[in-house]
Amino acid sequence: MKVSVVLEHLWRLFTAFQILSEHVDIINTRMDSEDDDAIYDDEHEDSYNESGSDQGDESDFDIDCDEPSTPKRPHVNDDFHYECLTPEALVSHMNDIIDEVNNVFQLPRPTARILLSHFKWDKEKLLERYYSGDQDRLFSEAHIVSPNRTNPRPVPSKRVNTRSSSASTEANCEICLTTTHVSTFVGLECSHRFCHRCWKEYITTKVMDEQVGEHISCPAHKCDILVDEVFVGQVVKDTKVKTRYHHLIANSFVESNRLMSWCPGPDCQNAAKANYHDALPVTCLCGYTFCFGCGEPVHEPVRCAWLKKWIKKCNDDSETSNWISANTKECPKCHVTIEKNGGCNHMVCRNNNCKADFCWMCLGPWEPHGSSWYSCNRYDEKDAQAARDAQAKSRQALERYLFYCNRYMNHAQSAKFETKLYSQVKQKMEEMQQHNMSWIEVQFLRKAVDVLCLCRNTLKYTYVFAFYLKKNNQSVIFEDNQKDVEMATETLSEYLERDITSECLSDIKQKVQDKYRYCEARRKALLDHVYEGYETDIWEYIDYD
Amino acid sequence: MSGGLPRRIIKETQRLIAEPVPGIKAEPHEENARYFRVSIVGPRETPYCGGKFKLELFLPEEYPMAAPKVRFMTKIYHPNVDKLGRICLDILKDKWSPALQIRTVLLSIQALLSAPNPDDPLANDVAEQWKVDENKAIETAKEWTRTVCQRQIVHTSLSGLYKSLCARYQ
Repeated sequence: MKVSVVLEHLWRLFTAFQILSEHVDIINTRMDSEDDDAIYDDEHEDSYNESGSDQGDESDFDIDCDEPSTPKRPHVNDDFHYECLTPEALVSHMNDIIDEVNNVFQLPRPTARILLSHFKWDKEKLLERYYSGDQDRLFSEAHIVSPNRTNPRPVPSKRVNTRSSSASTEANCEICLTTTHVSTFVGLECSHRFCHRCWKEYITTKVMDEQVGEHISCPAHKCDILVDEVFVGQVVKDTKVKTRYHHLIANSFVESNRLMSWCPGPDCQNAAKANYHDALPVTCLCGYTFCFGCGEPVHEPVRCAWLKKWIKKCNDDSETSNWISANTKECPKCHVTIEKNGGCNHMVCRNNNCKADFCWMCLGPWEPHGSSWYSCNRYDEKDAQAARDAQAKSRQALERYLFYCNRYMNHAQSAKFETKLYSQVKQKMEEMQQHNMSWIEVQFLRKAVDVLCLCRNTLKYTYVFAFYLKKNNQSVIFEDNQKDVEMATETLSEYLERDITSECLSDIKQKVQDKYRYCEARRKALLDHVYEGYETDIWEYIDYD
Repeated sequence: MSGGLPRRIIKETQRLIAEPVPGIKAEPHEENARYFRVSIVGPRETPYCGGKFKLELFLPEEYPMAAPKVRFMTKIYHPNVDKLGRICLDILKDKWSPALQIRTVLLSIQALLSAPNPDDPLANDVAEQWKVDENKAIETAKEWTRTVCQRQIVHTSLSGLYKSLCARYQ
């Protein structure tokens, strides 16, 4: 006992020292950071020009606060570059890749596209395979006719069913069973021919009803040769169908390509392209920031896979059944679910076919309880014990989930209110500028709200992380860090909401600045600790499934 | 394509009636030309030999761009047909081609009776039995064919008797 108390004291002293030293740091830096913000902005604009961002102020905070933590976190690498592409840029990017490959292959463009898409847009893999021999097999695997033995397309071939012997210029379409002039017949290199109208209807159905773009094959039975964009362009004239078709092609380009991801922002049609696949934040041209790894909003420090599980858990109604098992019991005879609605432990099952009498406490039959000399003291009876254990366990699991879920939801909710805070703060900033403060001097307020939002977001996801975390020494440290950030964040929130109205402006500035710098530092410490844990494999997880 | 019946369906129906496939009968319903009553005779040298299997076939609005819907009405012990009569056949699902026809679909079903495929099962219990003890499974299939057909014969002869009795006493 005594040892642990001493240890705890030591630990407190240590953290206090840490906090102190950070304050000293802050004071030191403040000496020469009067217009720090301005310099910062310039710097990052240079290094992040690649994102082609002119979205301005909103994205600044993101990078401002992230940047200092990059060198220490091996996870966040400087060499992660991304670019956001508008739908037009996306098509031209796709064409660039095709042209690049085609410099070598000299194939028709659509053929090269189908080959590339067969290899999930991995150029190297395709090139390697192309030159490792047996090209005919490669073509047939990609569902195209080898260009080495192509039949010219528009000429109707001998395969067409000529039913009436007299009219060699007439042919029977296998789809509509009508006889028309051969000039209306079209087809792919596989030499299956159908009339123009049937082709049009076939492609339209595939594109509009079945949402198939890339994988439309020749309509002949057992023929898997793919339709390409040139052919679609020839056959289909309806622009709606064509646009949809091109959209489907672009969609499979993005989805099959690991280095691309659609922006999940509302009504945004852009896609992001990165130099490698990782769970890192990407800010789209539309201003929406998301995780490149999974498309969810940025969710430091929890990993994509765990977040996915969490979201699934929150969405499905597994918790309903958890609630049921925590708050109800099953009739020991007919197993109908029962919620106790009165005080008496003598339960009579309402199920008309059952009507079992049992004791709510021990789930044993009521009979022995009923006699005046007997009361429910059958706690060590095996079945009843097992039933109670199961009940206690599920209740515990539910409580744990609710604990983390409540905190997660609370931060999500608060984050929503923070947007209101932006407008309040803006007002305050204007007010302050009328009180002899320069524009640059009041910027600290906006920055403080930025930090507040960032901390809330991080805190929100720390609860997801914690939910799946098994308790060990490191998890205790993590929880301490979490508590620290949370307390500081709450105080900052309070300053910004209430104390901001107080009169002494310089006083507020001092207080707010100190607090947000502290928040920033503690958030960074928390994240670093988690990422370090990922690297050194110290986190143990609870798998609830 | 609303309203009138597409030319293709009319042509197919005409040909089905004019040149029927041996062992297969398909007739459109009087009130709905897209609904067909089908019967397939169990192929020789299969456990279904001697049986006559009733099916229903429906051509959806999108036909021939979408596959027809086919279902066994007669009980059959087959690994690719479940107890509701639904059929596991690739050309009725993703391998459908508009170049296929009612005729080819029914031929494929007939072929499925000759060559059950327990590796791609729909009725798991039947497929299991087929894999574990093929002889026994074939016996069961024969047994089912016999009972079902006997019932059909009894049914038809009874209804024949009933009709003739009615005719006599009217």
